[in-house]
Parts: sequence; C-alpha cells; structure tokens
Amino acid sequence: MLNQFVTPDLQPAAPEIFLLIMSCVILFADLVVGQVQRWMMSALTIITLVGAAVLTYVTMDGQVVLTFSNMFVDDLLSDFLKLVLYVAVIAVVIYSRSYLVARNLEKAEFYLLVLFSTLGMMVMISAAHFLTLYLGLELLSLSLYALVAIDRDSARSTEAAMKYFVLGALASGLLLYGMSMVYGATGTLEIGAVAQAIYHGDANKTILVFGLVFLVAGIAFKLGAVPFHMWVPDVYHGAPTAITLFIASAPKLAAFAMTLRLLVYGLFELADQWQLMLMMLAVLSIALGNLAAIAQTNLKRMLAYSGISHMGFMLLAMMSGVVGGQADPFGTLNAYSSALYYSVAYVLMSLGSFGMILLLSRAGHEAEMIEDFKGLNKRNPWFAAVMMVLMFSMAGIPFFIGFFAKFSVLLAAVKAGYVGIAVFAVMMSLVGAFYYLRVVKIMYFDAPVDTAPIEAPLDMRVLLSLNGLAVAVFGLFPDSIMMLCTTTLVRSL
Amino acid sequence: MEFKTIIFYVLSAVAVLAALRVITARNPVHAALFLVLCFFNISGIWLLLQAEFLAMALIMVYVGAVMVLFLFVVMMLDINVERLRQKFWSYLPLGAMVGLLMVAEMGMVLSGKYFGLDAMPGQTMPADYSNTKELGRLLFTDYVYPFELASVILLVGIIAAVMLTLRHRKDSKHLNPGKQIAVKAKDRLRIVSMPVEKDQPAAGQGE
Repeated sequence: MLNQFVTPDLQPAAPEIFLLIMSCVILFADLVVGQVQRWMMSALTIITLVGAAVLTYVTMDGQVVLTFSNMFVDDLLSDFLKLVLYVAVIAVVIYSRSYLVARNLEKAEFYLLVLFSTLGMMVMISAAHFLTLYLGLELLSLSLYALVAIDRDSARSTEAAMKYFVLGALASGLLLYGMSMVYGATGTLEIGAVAQAIYHGDANKTILVFGLVFLVAGIAFKLGAVPFHMWVPDVYHGAPTAITLFIASAPKLAAFAMTLRLLVYGLFELADQWQLMLMMLAVLSIALGNLAAIAQTNLKRMLAYSGISHMGFMLLAMMSGVVGGQADPFGTLNAYSSALYYSVAYVLMSLGSFGMILLLSRAGHEAEMIEDFKGLNKRNPWFAAVMMVLMFSMAGIPFFIGFFAKFSVLLAAVKAGYVGIAVFAVMMSLVGAFYYLRVVKIMYFDAPVDTAPIEAPLDMRVLLSLNGLAVAVFGLFPDSIMMLCTTTLVRSL
Repeated sequence: MEFKTIIFYVLSAVAVLAALRVITARNPVHAALFLVLCFFNISGIWLLLQAEFLAMALIMVYVGAVMVLFLFVVMMLDINVERLRQKFWSYLPLGAMVGLLMVAEMGMVLSGKYFGLDAMPGQTMPADYSNTKELGRLLFTDYVYPFELASVILLVGIIAAVMLTLRHRKDSKHLNPGKQIAVKAKDRLRIVSMPVEKDQPAAGQGE
C-alpha cells in the first residue's frame, strides 16, 4: 500500500502555495519594517494578490486537474472564481486603508488575516473533498471572527464578533454532522466518489437525505439565508465598516462555490430533495430581506438585509437547475451560470456600496446612517452618481449589471416552471426598490447635513469610480459576462 | 450479551449523562470536570473500536491539556451563573420542544435499522496491526494537504490571539540592552570646566 502513493503535483495549487509563502513573508516583514512604514504592508498585500492572480492566469488551461490524492481540483470554474476573488480582495485592501488609519486600526494583522481568509476561500473554491472544503471554511471563518473583533475597545464590535463566533461554530458543527452522515452512507468523502456512489445506488437514501438537511442548514448559515440569517445584520452593523466590506463581498463567492461543490457536484442525484429546501430558503430570504430592509435607518443594516435578499436570488437560481428530478442540459447550465453571474454581480455592487460608506467616513465620523448621504449631490456630484448607479443596480433597474443578474435568474426560474415563485420574487424586488431609491432621493433632493469635504486618497477615489463604472458598463454588455460564466461552467461540470 | 457490548453501553450511558451534566451543572468548574468525564468515556468507546491512538490522543490532548487550561480560565473568570440563567426558563419551553423534536427525528434515522451491526459490521484487525502507524502514514501521504491546512488554521489562531490580547502599554518600563551597551560616557556625563573658586575676603567688613 505504501508504494501506491504518488507525490502530488504542486503546480495546480501554485497560487495557494504562493499566497501562503507571501503571508509568512509579510508576517516577518512586519517585525522589520512594519512599525515604521505601515504602507508597505498594504503594498505587499496587493503585490501578493496580483502575483497569485498572475499565477492563476498563467496556469489556466481549461482542464480539470485533480491533485493531492483527489482533494484539490483546478478547473476553469475555480480559476474564474479565484480571479474575481483577487480583484475583490484588492479592492477591499484599497478601500479600507484610510478608514483603518484614521481609527488607528491599521495593523499588519489586518492584512495577514485578510490574506489567510483569502487562502481559505481559495481552498474552498478548489475543494474536491469534504474535508478540504471544511478546512477552507474554517480558515476563512476563523480569520473573519478575529477581523470583526479587530477594534477591541469597541463593545459593539466585540459583541458582533462573539455572536458571529458562537453561531458560526454551531453552523460548522451542523455542516460537519451532515458530512459525517454522507460519509456513513457512501463510505467516502471525495466529492466525485460520493456522486458516483449515489449514482450507482450503493448508498442508503434515508441517511443521505438526513445528512443533506444538515448540509443545507450549514450552507444557508454561511450564505446568510433566512432562517439562518440572524447573525448577518448584527455582524454587518457591529463590525468596523472596512471589515463589513470584506465580509459582505468576497466570501459570497466562496459560499457560492461551496454550494455548487456540495450540492451539484456531490449530491446531484438528490436534487429533487435539496431543491425543495433551497426553494424555502430562497422565498423566505427574498421576502424577509426586502421587507426588513425598509425599516432600517442604518445603511449598513439596510445593506445587510438587502444582502440576505440577494442571496435568496442566488439560491433561486441554484434550485432552478433541475426540473422534476431530470437535468435538462441546457436549462441546468443556464441556471447555474446565472447563479454564478449573480454572485459576481453582487460582489461588485456590495464592494461599491460599502466603499461609499468608507469614502464618506473620516476620523471620528462613521457615515453609516442613511442621513449621512443627504445632499451628497451638492457635496460631490460624481460620487453621488456612483452611489446612484450602485443603488439602481442593486434595485434591479434596467441597464445596470444588477438588472441582468436578476433577469437571468428569473428567466431560469420561469424555464424550470417556477412561475409563481418568479412572480413573487419580482414583487419583492419592487418592494425592495423603495429603500434603494430612498437613498437616491435623499442624495439628490435633500439639503446636506454633513458638509465636511470628502477626504480620500487618490487610489480609493479612482478604484471606487471604476467600480461604479464597471457596474454600469457591464450592464451594457451583459452577454459577454454571461458567456464567460457559461463557458466556465461547461468546461468544469 | 457479549462482554464488549455491556462495556459499550456502560461507557455510552456515562458519557451521555456526563454531557448532560456539562450543560446543567450550576458550577462552571463542575461542568468542566464533567466534560473531562465525558471525554474519558468517549476514549473508552474508541478503544472498543480499536482506535487506540485516537483514544490516547483524546486523553492527552483534551483531558490533559485543553481541559486543564479550561479549568484555569473558568477559575480566573468570575462567572455569575445566576445572571446567565435569568432567561433560561423563558426560553426553555420552545427550546425543549425543538430539541425533543430533533432527538425524535434523529432517533428514527439513527436507530438500529441503518447504523446497526447488520448494516455496518465491525472489522477485526490482525494482532500486529498498528493504528498509530496507519494514521501516520495517511496523515503524511494522502492527507498531507488537509494536514497542512490544519497547521495554517493554527497559525491564524496564534495571530488572532496575539492581535486581540497584546497591548503595548505606554507607561511600561523596559530595557533595551543594545542601547545600554552602546552607551558612551559622554552621553550620560557632561564635564563642565569651571574656574577655581577662591575665598575672597568680603569688602566693607574688615577692621
């Protein structure tokens, strides 16, 4: 048995290895230069992410490569998600810097934990084994718990971190329990082998469905879907805005990958079972997210509830892949690529909106209330326009990226025969349009309360403008990204 | 009934009771000690399953290290149990209902039918089979990737713990040996040349 082992091919995992090595380098660099030249930390972090992006791009060949005893998969989907992930994390680092400096929170640990959670997300995206999926998730979550508590003198942040930690540990427990049941039924933890075992009918259906319930509960928690959403508003509100920006953007990509790998790659044969569960999660999330967001006066809380409803839309696409237990190749592909498209669009919009809060915040002032945006047009017409684009896009108003994301999801749902749910989702989006448009209204028609000039470094202004432009321009060419998503999935499924 | 089966039931019963006491004990120290008892029984069950290494690791790591640390923390913190329990009774009915429902549902799936000895027969290993050796071999070959990931998670734990607890006190006094050694006499001592002072007879007072 000893002779069977082949040394794993490290090349597919080159970006992960590079990121890990660079994180350790930054850990040491902080000792040498960190105290004096803090800006080097953020520069090194960005260099690391760009380097990983280059490595990912160079090694992208469209083949499905398994390595590390079939625990790691490098396919086009993982490469695509990782590239979007690097962009998102670079944006987080650039947006956060001035906010953190103003609050004396800019420590090397921030950059390190961001890098380690990025590593965790990459591991999740490339997971071909339940164990690596779980470990990637823990790496991500542990770093996030610590990041939420980074402002340790703030009681609100500490409380948010505590809630996140306790509920997150519970969700991890549920997920692990579900995985152990799947292992009990199939005798393997490899995602491909699990699918094989179920396909050949070797596994006991009752145990599998029992495990599936726990898996879906764990996934729903990580996505923040109703009824596992309790942590989302509190954590988004309590965490420093720079951390909220991070939690609300990049991890959604990893959560999408986790859902796809577990449910579609691993348990596709049980689709008629998990479809129903996802349907309940999606309907409840879209309803509660949009209704609760109306009552919020705090923009961070409002965006948290809107995030819940966006995740509901993503789940709506995930459940539309299979019709009556039968996978129609075109419909399935369409549904999953619209889910992927939705996740990417949401990450772009979420980065921009929280970036706007960071832009208006300064030392001693958190621009987290909706009132803080009053009369933004008079203070700075350009960024008021950027925020308007973001809000319009989130509301799903035509010709922004958010509209086409919603449109493709609804189209997939209608094609799968869920006309009722699609109509319900449209109605709820109309309700949701109210609170997005309210932000636009107070920016353009109310007198400014806060008249301080907007101070932000140039890199942040440029990137935030680009972010707004991307939301607008990608909305004009929706087919190109949709094609990219479809191609990615065709080559990876 | 086989002797091993009796041992299994005894160990399981004590483990479940101890686990119950962990969450119901009034005194946090008692709760921690009941957790130790629970771990002991679980490791006994693992021994029955011929997983000797895991049983030993559970005792050494969890009972020996983690729980002792836990006890220290519990004793150092002044936890007011009564205050923590204030809302206990108001949440109990709903919590108990959901809990019992889940236990009933899980019991239906997990009871003998699917996970009984018929469905999952035990394996008897040869006498010279080394559990430790097998684990070690797997850990460093097939499972090397998750193993490395686990170490990264530990590293994150260290970084997070340092970040959350390390405070540089501004008023703390500390020495810098390098500076102390490099010090020169002229840094500390200023030699000033002064004219010699003479006693001068005071004018106007002489006779």
